[in-house]
Amino acid sequence: MSAALELRGVAKSFGRTEIIRGVDLAVERGERHAIIGPNGAGKSTLFNLVSGRFPASDGKILLNGEDITGLAPYEINRKGLSRSFQVTNIFHRLSVFENIRCAVLWPLGYRYSFWHRLGALGDARSRAEEIMQSIGLERRRDTPAGVLSYAEQRALEIGVTIAGGAEVILLDEPTAGMNRTETAHAVELIRAVTRGKTLVMVEHDMSVVFDLADRISVLVYGALIATGAPAAIRSDRAVQEAYLGRSLDDA
Amino acid sequence: MTARSLRYKPVDLGRWLAWGGFALVLLAAPLVSGTSFAITLLSQMGIGIVFALSYNMLLGQSGMLSFGHAVYSGLGAYIAAHALNLVGRGQLAFPVTLLPLVGGISGMLFAVAFGYVTTRRSGTTFAMISLGIGELVAACSLMFPGFFGGEGGVTTNRVVGQPILGISYGPAIQVYYLIAAWTFACTAAMYAFTHTPLGRIANAVRDNPERAEFIGYSPQRVRWFVMIIAGFFAGVAGGLACINFEIVSAENVGAARSGGVLIATFIGGAGFFFGPILGAIVYAAMVTGVGTLTKAWLLYLGVLFLVMVLFAPGGFASLIVMNLRMARFGQLGRLVPHYIALACAGLAALAGLVGLAEITYYFSLEGEARPRTELFGIAMNVMTAAPWAGAAALLVVGVALTALAWRRFRREWDAGQRAIQEGGNRP
Repeated sequence: MSAALELRGVAKSFGRTEIIRGVDLAVERGERHAIIGPNGAGKSTLFNLVSGRFPASDGKILLNGEDITGLAPYEINRKGLSRSFQVTNIFHRLSVFENIRCAVLWPLGYRYSFWHRLGALGDARSRAEEIMQSIGLERRRDTPAGVLSYAEQRALEIGVTIAGGAEVILLDEPTAGMNRTETAHAVELIRAVTRGKTLVMVEHDMSVVFDLADRISVLVYGALIATGAPAAIRSDRAVQEAYLGRSLDDA
Repeated sequence: MTARSLRYKPVDLGRWLAWGGFALVLLAAPLVSGTSFAITLLSQMGIGIVFALSYNMLLGQSGMLSFGHAVYSGLGAYIAAHALNLVGRGQLAFPVTLLPLVGGISGMLFAVAFGYVTTRRSGTTFAMISLGIGELVAACSLMFPGFFGGEGGVTTNRVVGQPILGISYGPAIQVYYLIAAWTFACTAAMYAFTHTPLGRIANAVRDNPERAEFIGYSPQRVRWFVMIIAGFFAGVAGGLACINFEIVSAENVGAARSGGVLIATFIGGAGFFFGPILGAIVYAAMVTGVGTLTKAWLLYLGVLFLVMVLFAPGGFASLIVMNLRMARFGQLGRLVPHYIALACAGLAALAGLVGLAEITYYFSLEGEARPRTELFGIAMNVMTAAPWAGAAALLVVGVALTALAWRRFRREWDAGQRAIQEGGNRP
């Protein structure tokens, strides 16, 4: 049985600067995996490589055992990997409902169709309404995404990411910029919508990380210095040093 | 569950009224004035509507600012003209009624080829490439006289064979109804397109091409497919123009035509489906209507475009929609006096502008030879200072009053908006 997501010696350089230096990582099916690390460690870059936003300079990326290195983002997405963005990245002039419906069209097989009438696609509508309900935005159905509050946009960001039903979900700092209540709400949301799926998340909020993650990887200067269960990571010497001696709970 | 069932009305009355009204206007328009000028104008409006709607598939719906859309309508028109000439010589059997289809398929095929190149990129790069392709085709039109007919263009004759049911397409009114039928069909088809998966994903690509890639769509593909469909409808417009004018020349593929459809679409309102329809009507009225009245029509079109860009960037369509919203919440009444003030001040400014422009044109064209003329029923001598000073004063005072009225209007408008917001979201 192959891992849901596997990285083998993945590296990325911009010019002469090495941002990611040979990362090996295997995320098991159904696992919730968090990637943490200080600012500038390359966490977002790693996501960009996996999701196809940037091509990797070296190494291999496998999704369910299949090589996806060098594929375009839409090809990777069609194979069952979906990601969210740290800076909200939605269709701002479309309504909440349309945002989500757009995200379910390809997986439902409507692709580039101009011979289906959207209003008649019951499966797309009910799937979009289901997602809207699960992210708690059904009352904002017809509101343009651009005028939603920040927390609502973050929820929509997650909704658009999970709507397609991808098996592997990458969330890039889903709680960034949220207050305590919003964060608690977001954690519950993430837990609910990623049930039965493989989740990889970059997160700065350690309480979120220790709350959600089955395993944690620590990325420092483009290299993984540790991977393991939350308890093991908490007591890892190298990790503590990377965080300048602070305990992870304060970070 | 009740909320859900409420959304599905058995008959959408508004939609039936809108489409029925549109059909009725198309049918009845020639009855208002049957002069040959009116029929010509109406025919051009119909062609313009199809062309502008096809352009807005790119601009408003997919975020592609094209400077070369005339390539598809123009090449469609050329091929339709050649096809019509073949029919006329008896070398091809094809009904004139369906000739726009020849234009459409040609436009589509050129969009398959050229669009593949232009739609690789978006934004400014797309705009530049579309401009380049436009110039390329315009240059070709003079390089290959065999196909493009050189300076004179390709002439044709729409009256071929025996009349069918009395329809020969000789009289302009028959051509008008042919154009009206195609305009209705194309408008309905393009509206339907906005409610398809590809049509919606085109909006998504317009808003955020990057995110579209992460929900399974290739933005290049989406842009290319939309371009192909827009190319089809542009080609239909070209085929209709070929039948209407019976001549296709380099002008049909030129930059001026591409710029014209951009202006028409913008002043109509790219953000709404029906915006380009309004824009095409206003544009044809400016070019053909005002164009026959005065040599300064291009200046007036430019001023209209500027005013729209500066004060109503959403076009006429958004003005209508915003005022309908005000009316729905009962806030339009408070604006009426301000509209009257704006109209009066604006008219004074317009009169001053037109006066100055017309005197200037008259002066430079006729000058000293015939200094006496008449404008708005006022006799004047353009070699004296009085008409110039009068028009300039009218313009200055008019603009100042308009600015004043505009400021007061804005204040009232904002107050109306606040009242709507405080009153809740429901009318």
